[in-house]
Amino acid sequence: MKSQTRAACKAIALPLCVLALTACTEGPWNNPNPAVPEGKMTYQSVMSPAPPKHLDPVISYATDESLFLLQIYQPPLGYHFLKRPYELQPLALESLPDVVFLDAEGREIEEDEGNIAFTRYTLHIREDEHFQPHPAFAKNDKGDPLYIFNDAQEGEQYRTIPDFPRTDARPVRANDYAYQIKRLADPVNLSPMLGFMAQYIVGMPELSDQLGQVERNGWLNLDKYEMAGLEVVDDQTLNITIKERYPQFRYWLAMHFFAPIAPEVDRFYKNPGFAQRNLTLDWWPVGSGPFMMVKNDPNTEIVLERNPNFREDYYPTEGAPGDAELGLLDDAGKRLPFIDRAVYRLEKEVLPLWTKFLQGYYDRSGEVHANTKGFFDQAFVVGPNGLEAAPELADHGITVTEDVKPSLYYYGFNMRDPVVGGYTEEKRKLRKALQIAFDTEEYINIFYKGNGVAAQSPIPPGIPGNLPGKAGMNPQIYDWVDGGMRRKSIDYAKQLLVEAGYPNGRDARTGEPLKIYIDVQSQAISNTSMNWMDRMFARIGVQVEYRPADWNRTREKYLTGNTQIFSHGWLADYPDPENFLFLLYGPESPLICKCDGANNANYESEEYDEAFQAMRVLPPGEERDREIAKLVKPYQDDAVWLYAFTPKEIYLNNAWVHNTKRHGIDKGTLKYVRLDTTLRAEKQAEWNQPVTWPLYAGTFLIISMVLPGITAYRRRQNATAR
Amino acid sequence: MFAYIVRRLLYAIPILIGVNILTFTLFFVVNSPDDMAVSQLGAKYVTPEAINNWKEKNGYDKPLFINAGAKGAATFTDTIFFTKSIKLFALDFGRSESGRDITSDISIRMWPSLAVALPTFATGIWVNICVALMVVMFHATRLDRWTVFVFVGLMSISYLFYIIGGQYMVAKTWRLVPISGFDAQGQVWKFLILPVLVGVIAGIGAGARWYRTLFLEEANQDYVRTARAKGCSEMSVLFKHILPNALIPILTGVVVLIPTLFMGSLLIESFFGIPGLGSYMLDAIRSQDFAIVRSMVFIGSILYITGLILTDISYTWADPRVRLS
Repeated sequence: MKSQTRAACKAIALPLCVLALTACTEGPWNNPNPAVPEGKMTYQSVMSPAPPKHLDPVISYATDESLFLLQIYQPPLGYHFLKRPYELQPLALESLPDVVFLDAEGREIEEDEGNIAFTRYTLHIREDEHFQPHPAFAKNDKGDPLYIFNDAQEGEQYRTIPDFPRTDARPVRANDYAYQIKRLADPVNLSPMLGFMAQYIVGMPELSDQLGQVERNGWLNLDKYEMAGLEVVDDQTLNITIKERYPQFRYWLAMHFFAPIAPEVDRFYKNPGFAQRNLTLDWWPVGSGPFMMVKNDPNTEIVLERNPNFREDYYPTEGAPGDAELGLLDDAGKRLPFIDRAVYRLEKEVLPLWTKFLQGYYDRSGEVHANTKGFFDQAFVVGPNGLEAAPELADHGITVTEDVKPSLYYYGFNMRDPVVGGYTEEKRKLRKALQIAFDTEEYINIFYKGNGVAAQSPIPPGIPGNLPGKAGMNPQIYDWVDGGMRRKSIDYAKQLLVEAGYPNGRDARTGEPLKIYIDVQSQAISNTSMNWMDRMFARIGVQVEYRPADWNRTREKYLTGNTQIFSHGWLADYPDPENFLFLLYGPESPLICKCDGANNANYESEEYDEAFQAMRVLPPGEERDREIAKLVKPYQDDAVWLYAFTPKEIYLNNAWVHNTKRHGIDKGTLKYVRLDTTLRAEKQAEWNQPVTWPLYAGTFLIISMVLPGITAYRRRQNATAR
Repeated sequence: MFAYIVRRLLYAIPILIGVNILTFTLFFVVNSPDDMAVSQLGAKYVTPEAINNWKEKNGYDKPLFINAGAKGAATFTDTIFFTKSIKLFALDFGRSESGRDITSDISIRMWPSLAVALPTFATGIWVNICVALMVVMFHATRLDRWTVFVFVGLMSISYLFYIIGGQYMVAKTWRLVPISGFDAQGQVWKFLILPVLVGVIAGIGAGARWYRTLFLEEANQDYVRTARAKGCSEMSVLFKHILPNALIPILTGVVVLIPTLFMGSLLIESFFGIPGLGSYMLDAIRSQDFAIVRSMVFIGSILYITGLILTDISYTWADPRVRLS
């Protein structure tokens, strides 16, 4: 009996230990978030499944990374948080840049004169811009940088930036912006923008070549090298000269590639042995934005804290129509940022992310990736009245934010393909028949839960040139019926096929069935969507074969033109139609430029290219709108893409999060977020009461299994031999 | 024994070279240096010059295996394979394609992997052995038959089901522990309860059934009958006679795994948000980071070889008749 009691005690001990250990924690047992510093308003959020690889603003080129960089750095320009269409505004500048046009001799000329050789942008840097506190700015008594080491051993006690006991800061100067542009030119930094920007900024290719020849031994002071297109007029004024006219350059000034980098910082990170400890600008950014990085462990979490040197900045007092009603102007005129700290934890799977959000441990359901499909299935159910919030959301006061990013997913025809390509009337009709057969609206409803907008042109919603209603409708695929768009009938598509030489989906000359080949990226397509497409094209008698491949092989096919119909996506860098219309610009064809060009359809049209060149340099206005219309028409008439749509992402916000409007381009919106932390603590406690009966039930189950075993064992031990 | 270990270590060198050639070949069959460059530089606005520049800076501008343009030994040494592989043998893993120090990353990430793998491994073996011995004790009874049925059932369920089911019930529905995460500075144990529990339960079916088979083989031996005849208690028979004699096959399967515990588990780490080496490897494969993949495969090979040597050594401990020579 004694041993039975002992075994029973052991069985009870395990769950009790779990109970005791868990009860030792502060607050709910299941709280996954580490304790936050007392009195600091902390925003709890998630990183995307892939942690950031680069945080150096000349190297980074991913939205996951922009999420951090644009909270830390202040590029010259930014976007208005609330206004739509997207509106550029000064960020680190006193005003928008002054633009002056120059002729080949460098004389100032008027915009409407035809001989513009250069454009000069003059940037007036704000005097109150200051870098964050950082050891790179710390100085010794002689005024020299404190943390400059001769060898790796000298500074080996410093493993992370917070290890350095002394920090300092200084105002941002025009030269810091110039220095960063020279870093962009330095081939050692492997900036993805070097090739593109070198086409525009005067002197960049030459400086790049020059720097490529320099023997390196530690830090290279780029201030010693001149770049023809850069002129630091004084501490607050910088001139950047670009070739010819490129009005979209101002949008690039709103990207982190043009954020200021202090030469002291560059020198600090070139200390011997620092790179081996990941003490690099690629790991520890140094900026003048509202937040600074205090912890960078991309394996678990990245922590930002309020930059004490951030200049005075205020919540906007104007917004888009409807913003006031949504409470987005409640904080108008208040000092920014609202929060003190932001913790971004790495979350790779949807179930933990969703559960933690529902438990109140994440303030929002995501930052740059909405996990729309995974979330949507859990967050919404189909009820008698259509789509309804899931029961578990009903009492949580969760708000929904939609984000229509300026982006496109599309399947394009290879215009050089002998079957679907070409510019004859028959080929156009064949492509149009396929376009009509592919019911984009049904596709979006089935595979994106209705979260998307079928594209009528290469310009997505929210971008100038995207026209609503009948004016924007693609008349080749839709009819305007009863005040709405209606896809043309399958009978009409069949008729087009007949006229294209494929009656009932068979080649009129050979009798062979028409089979089309779609190149898809393996990860981006499911069997169900392939089955759906089979069914769509079968309505007009066309057979489909899919050729899945990974991105590398798909890229090879683009480069060689070895594709018939391909899938692709494009997320805009800036909210200008040029950034989409260039997807069909002839010289961007990979077969013409012999590079990773954006025109994977290999579309060539003199009319289109001429209109594109004209549109590209025109300022916003009626004339530009006319040129854009000229570009949309050949796209529609030539039926270049099989289908295209703009996905709509859904983000959920817990009730204590305010100012959650999404900005499709700018990720530097953390400073606008406000939290009600009292409500959060109350709700977390309310929603996370542990259910303890399974522990007792488990204990009972173990005892009920162990005790009979012990009894049987003892009976067996005491049994007499038979 | 010393000579034996030295000989085994020398055998390891051609194995490591072979593994390295295989990894290198497989990786570059799927990815060309150009693919790697594009992957690192991003898919937009990438110019051929940028690709060449990246390859040059990262040492991928050479031929893969044979440099026809070079003379003498340089034909083989001035190649991507040689330059990238030779440093591995000095345990210099270099930097990842995105520029981060691999040794530093590994030294940080192996601790979370161990924190999960070690308790899962130790508890799993202990539970499996106890359960298997208990079943052996009731061999040829209804309990035995039902338990084997349950074992087969447990074996047949996907590992993913245990993970998702565990997360759903324990963390989401009952709210007893965090559903995922890791806090190296704080209460680590809180984040380990669920993955360890899932790992142990998921392994019971296969593990206990395997051990049961081993123990049953021993249970029918003469020395067991003798022990019983002498009046030893059943516990004594099981733990003092059967278990030590069944150790050789157990050690064969178990000791080899011990060093590889450092490498972590791909699934557990990914679902429970454990920042270990398993997820490190997975991320590297996804981002086509050959430097990390190569280093991790190399380390995995070394650890596996170490495990095999340790297994041989453990035989001498488990069975004094075994001599390594």
